[in-house]
Amino acid sequence: MSKPIVATTSLAGCFGCHMSLLDIDERILDLIELVEFNKSPINDIKKFTKKCDIGLIEGGCCNSENVHVLKDFRENCKILISVGECAIMGGLPAMRNGIPIRECLEEAYLNGPSVKNNTEKIIPNDPEIPIMLDRVYPCHEVVKIDFHLPGCPPRADLIWDALVALITGSELKLPYEVVKFD
Amino acid sequence: MSHVVKITIDGVECMATSGQYIIDVAKENGIYIPTLCNYPGVKPKGSCRICTVKVNGRMMTACTTPVSENMEIDNTSGDIVELRKAIIELLFIEGNHFCPACEKSGNCELQALAYRYSMMVPRFPYTFPQRQVDAQNPKLVKDQNRCILCKRCIRAIHDADGRAIFAYHKRGNKVEICLDPKIGKNLSDELAQKAMDVCPVGALLVKEKGFDQPIGERKYDKEPIGSDIEKL
Ligand code: SF4
Ligand code: SF4
Ligand code: SF4
Ligand code: FES
Repeated sequence: MSKPIVATTSLAGCFGCHMSLLDIDERILDLIELVEFNKSPINDIKKFTKKCDIGLIEGGCCNSENVHVLKDFRENCKILISVGECAIMGGLPAMRNGIPIRECLEEAYLNGPSVKNNTEKIIPNDPEIPIMLDRVYPCHEVVKIDFHLPGCPPRADLIWDALVALITGSELKLPYEVVKFD
Repeated sequence: MSHVVKITIDGVECMATSGQYIIDVAKENGIYIPTLCNYPGVKPKGSCRICTVKVNGRMMTACTTPVSENMEIDNTSGDIVELRKAIIELLFIEGNHFCPACEKSGNCELQALAYRYSMMVPRFPYTFPQRQVDAQNPKLVKDQNRCILCKRCIRAIHDADGRAIFAYHKRGNKVEICLDPKIGKNLSDELAQKAMDVCPVGALLVKEKGFDQPIGERKYDKEPIGSDIEKL
């Protein structure tokens, strides 16, 4: 039987959730025995080269590119998992959600105390740059998400146990200390 | 005159004194019924509904319902658990709860209930309301994003003359907690700390202090809320 294929991505996240995945320590050796990795920042494969079984999503959607990547993952992965608070509820980036987007951009590029040298008062608008969304969206409000692993980041043990349970079809036990929102 | 009554909670026979609230009888018998707006020593309010149980088949709040002879109380059936889960999820989406950035994380009763009831994600869409943080008081920060409007601060915190320090302000879905600016100005350190402790969530925080207790070693990090009662 061929190995299940896993893809991962970081949308509006800080890469902490990917770091937590690496925090499974030497079990990473077991993991590469168990699964094959496709598109992921871990191996730097930039485009899907085949259909995947499991997609791990870190971060919510704050711009048009995030939405594009997330939809691409939905099309190419049988199971999608929101990993971490940012994917689940927007996380810290979503603290801007109550503030109008114009105000955010003006604070960042025109009025903020650290803004220097922007004498032409430009808010970046090159067509190459992904467009910021009106607010940060949790992933499951953009596409269907099959499972959620809370935490900031989710404990390495939680990510490991969830992956193993999914791959081997065994029951996922959730010890109390492992599911935390912080 | 109070007298002894017999009731059952989930089939377990419990002795109680007439007039006692269900929540207290359960506690004395090692049975945990979740609470949020209720606070020991303060008159119950019955506003959050998390303590809902079925009394002879009818949904009632355990913190405001006194026991009477032969009451049959159901604290565990599926629809009760489902209702409680829905309340917890609604409280999460109704405000802005960024737990990773909250000083109360690990000591927060709302979060602890979400852990106890295994909430991975609320089923309702997040509302991301626009709410303010008020840091005018010299001792306390009030973060309306996290307030669940339980009124525990209003009911439990008084100054030396017995005057409430906290009050409701505005109406409907705009309602918020405010600190009386005059009385609040002279808030003692003890009272500020008491207010923070009374608040079930991270809406009232003592200023210039944080992370004394590391994440991972806080009250509900290792054991679910209610385990102290169940261990009795
Ligand atoms: S959940 Fe936490 S660790 Fe993961 S991407 Fe968001 S901020 Fe980083
Ligand atoms: S008040 Fe509780 S639930 Fe809300 S952010 Fe703080 S820890 Fe999380
Ligand atoms: S500030 Fe805290 S104690 Fe007061 S109503 Fe809000 S949540 Fe309850
Ligand atoms: S604890 Fe009973 S209604 Fe809130």
